[in-house]
Amino acid sequence: MVNYQERQLDRTFAALVDRTRRAILARLEREHSASVTELAEPFAIKLPAVMKHLDVLESAGLITRSKAGRVVTVRLRPQPMKEAMDWLRRYERFWSGSLDRLAAYAERKEEEARRKSR
Amino acid sequence: MTSLTLVRRIRARPSIVFEAMTTPDGIAQWWGPDAGPVLLAESDARMGGRFQVRFRTLDGTEHESTGEYLEVVASKRLVMSWRWTTGGEPDEHDEVSRVEIDFKPIDAGTEITFTHARLKTEASRSSHEAGWAGALDKLVRHLSSERIAGGRAHDLSEEHAK
Repeated sequence: MVNYQERQLDRTFAALVDRTRRAILARLEREHSASVTELAEPFAIKLPAVMKHLDVLESAGLITRSKAGRVVTVRLRPQPMKEAMDWLRRYERFWSGSLDRLAAYAERKEEEARRKSR
Repeated sequence: MTSLTLVRRIRARPSIVFEAMTTPDGIAQWWGPDAGPVLLAESDARMGGRFQVRFRTLDGTEHESTGEYLEVVASKRLVMSWRWTTGGEPDEHDEVSRVEIDFKPIDAGTEITFTHARLKTEASRSSHEAGWAGALDKLVRHLSSERIAGGRAHDLSEEHAK
């Protein structure tokens, strides 16, 4: 389970590296679902290239695709993103708290040093 | 390649901030996310030297992390490996990550840029070297704050259009 989560996290971030894929995700976040054709519209790339991006996003578990007749509908799957975010937040809490304390301590030492040099 | 970057401005000169970060006496004063005590602080801040810090958080749990100094440039830059040995993030006990800290003198004192990076897979390592880990962080934060703000996500697609 742990290993699965680790791999998932890496896939999530790898999928997020690409601008087109981020734009697709951003749009899905806004509109909840869209067809492949609709998703391809704003980009100056061909449909097969968009399909490849969708493959990456799907294998990272960031989207789902469902087919009804000839229309493929794409939806956002927020869970993997949430896990990546949770990792960042845990470390942010740890370091943010520590660095606040570091700053307070260093500022006290600075004042001491200035008093002594006077 | 997940990484966290924090920037802090501290009203103290770089040599003081550097000392607070690298000496056992300094570390004992601040290490840990809350007001819980540091129980053990060892630090040999030179290339190849090690640090080991044990602390207790206010919820009563103990945590320990250890690592090696990989780069030490007095008052300027610190790089160290990082591993939890007790508590912390138990899922990551076998995992080595990397902490990088740059100290920049500013009028008011020191600006530190602090990065904690996971070094998980080959892919993540090369991506880190390629230098877009930081950009990715910004993106993730951006997406994250949008979620909190309720889906104001169009900035990203505009960025793409440029």
